[in-house]
Amino acid sequence: MKFLVCITQVPDTTTKITFTPDKKAFNAAGVQFIINPYDEIALTRALELKETLGGTVTVINVGQAVTEANIRKALAIGADDAIRINTEPTDAYYVAFQIAEVAKKNGYDVILTGKESIDYNGGQVPMMLGELMGLPSVSVATKLDINGTVATLEREIDGGKEVVETKLPFVAGAQKGMAEPRIPNMRGIMTARTKPLTVVEPAACDLLSSSVLFDSPAAKGECKMIDPNNVGELVNLLHTEAKAI
Amino acid sequence: MSVLIFAENWDGKFKKSTYEAISYGAELAKQAGGSVTAVVVGNVSDEDMKALGKYGAQKVLSVKNDKLNAMNPSAYASAIAQASQKESAKIIVISYTYSGRSVAGRVAVRMKAGLVAGATALPSSTSPFTIRKKCFSGKGLTDVVVSSDVKVVGLTPNSYKVNTADGSASIESFTPTFSDADFASTSKETKKTSGKIPLTEADIVVSAGRGLKGPENWGMVEQLAELLGAATACSKPVADVGWRPHHEHVGQTGITIGPNLYIAIGISGAIQHLAGVSSSKVIVVINNDKEAPFFKAANYGICGDAFEVVPKLIEEVKKFKSAH
Ligand SMILES: Cc1cc2nc3c(=O)[nH]c(=O)nc-3n(C[C@H](O)[C@H](O)[C@H](O)COP(=O)(O)OP(=O)(O)OC[C@H]3O[C@@H](n4cnc5c(N)ncnc54)[C@H](O)[C@@H]3O)c2cc1C
Ligand SMILES: Nc1ncnc2c1ncn2[C@@H]1O[C@H](COP(=O)(O)O)[C@@H](O)[C@H]1O
Repeated sequence: MKFLVCITQVPDTTTKITFTPDKKAFNAAGVQFIINPYDEIALTRALELKETLGGTVTVINVGQAVTEANIRKALAIGADDAIRINTEPTDAYYVAFQIAEVAKKNGYDVILTGKESIDYNGGQVPMMLGELMGLPSVSVATKLDINGTVATLEREIDGGKEVVETKLPFVAGAQKGMAEPRIPNMRGIMTARTKPLTVVEPAACDLLSSSVLFDSPAAKGECKMIDPNNVGELVNLLHTEAKAI
Repeated sequence: MSVLIFAENWDGKFKKSTYEAISYGAELAKQAGGSVTAVVVGNVSDEDMKALGKYGAQKVLSVKNDKLNAMNPSAYASAIAQASQKESAKIIVISYTYSGRSVAGRVAVRMKAGLVAGATALPSSTSPFTIRKKCFSGKGLTDVVVSSDVKVVGLTPNSYKVNTADGSASIESFTPTFSDADFASTSKETKKTSGKIPLTEADIVVSAGRGLKGPENWGMVEQLAELLGAATACSKPVADVGWRPHHEHVGQTGITIGPNLYIAIGISGAIQHLAGVSSSKVIVVINNDKEAPFFKAANYGICGDAFEVVPKLIEEVKKFKSAH
């Protein structure tokens, strides 16, 4: 079984988010980048399934050479090989288009992504990839099992969960619950260096949208402290001032 | 210029997020002087469909097909894309619920349309078409310019107010065509979190963390939530150790919510927790450590022992409810 896992790198979850003075870009100076946490979940599930079903796990990233440290980390966790599409990821369509071009040629049985990237928070790459490849797609999947040519997934829906059955091949976006991420061991780190990482050039693609400006959210006003012996005041303020109850 | 709105329903009923999407689409159409059509997939009563007129829909395209009673991203996207072609819609509005986010990207690809995945406001400019959305898990905002002819807006629930007026929509039955590939996946079963208010839809959320010491102490949290008509949530470690079910875990790696009121009890306010709740309109923090980082993100704070403060709060809310 051939697995493809899409990985993107994002600022470490504790990063203070700031933007360049012209507000045109994220200020990456001094920031540590990690594999998007949901992509790590997807990767782990692919590795678990490979252990029982056999096959290969390939990771793919659309990004410049700076992402290679995190691609190597994915190889250290256990992926067999990696592909980097050498271009700046602009919007979800562009990313999905580039991945689809490569994936169509290689023929994968299972394509996994994270449910969303924690930088752009779009959650659209898996659905767009499904559409571009003419495959079923499942977003926000908390479980994934494969039996022959059929996969059973559980996905989040408003107010509960839904069990979805789909034929292979398919695309799914991993949510917490699908697997517990693994920490790479020493052997993994050693072998990662020699695993194949292929760099391919991007295909021509229309640009449909772009992020032109970034801003920080308005700072919250001072927190109003209420005396623990006067809890009634809180209820009063929530009603009269905040109009929240 | 015509605006098409995907009017999502749940077991035949519309919810607030549907009305928000229609109100939003109607405002866009008003600004551009265009028409407003809603597409409904599934079995909704004529009366409820006509009532979409109150929020600004002039026409409803009703797609009824037994195979579409459960959400299926590919088939739903087919229906929405064909409806938008029929109406020559330039803007397609989809509420960014779980179902909405499953279809929006597919619709965008079909229409070769740029997508704003999680808009939080009306466009700040229509030429170029620019809409603001959150990024970096709420720690940033970005203006997205959509340059394609057709545009898809995924509207974040609870970010646009519902507008009502007099009005009744006309209903037209619509029969899109589907391919076999549209049905390569099927819904087998839905497991509803029964009786409770779903977290993502709740106006008020009462949440608690490790400060509560153990699962046996959640009674007061549930009682407060019930009194307020709120959903309950928790921090990650609480779900990890099994004090609370996983579907209640909010934050960076859990569910993202944006209720009107979020009450956090015994939660420190770690950055990963805040990532999932910082869009809440009003935040109340109850914590016995005055240095707890959560106070910095809060509107109202009580520094005190949850085991004393929460029972008092319950009494005060009871008093308030009986007076209002
Ligand atoms: C990659 C990553 C992702 C993460 N994702 C999430 C996530 O999605 N969601 C999440 O919540 N966390 C997440 N975390 C964990 C996060 O960093 C914190 O560890 C966690 O939020 C702390 O939970 P807590 O506030 O319940 O517990 P604690 O940090 O232990 O805080 C308990 C609080 O209760 C207070 N307290 C104690 N006793 C009382 C009392 N009697 N009355 C009132 N207050 C009291 C204490 O002062 C303290 O502030 C993530 C961490 C990482 C590294
Ligand atoms: N540049 C990229 N390269 C490879 N995969 C990506 C890239 N950007 C996003 N993805 C994948 O798509 C998922 C959803 O991303 P997004 O639509 O940006 O929220 C991520 O969790 C990744 O699995």
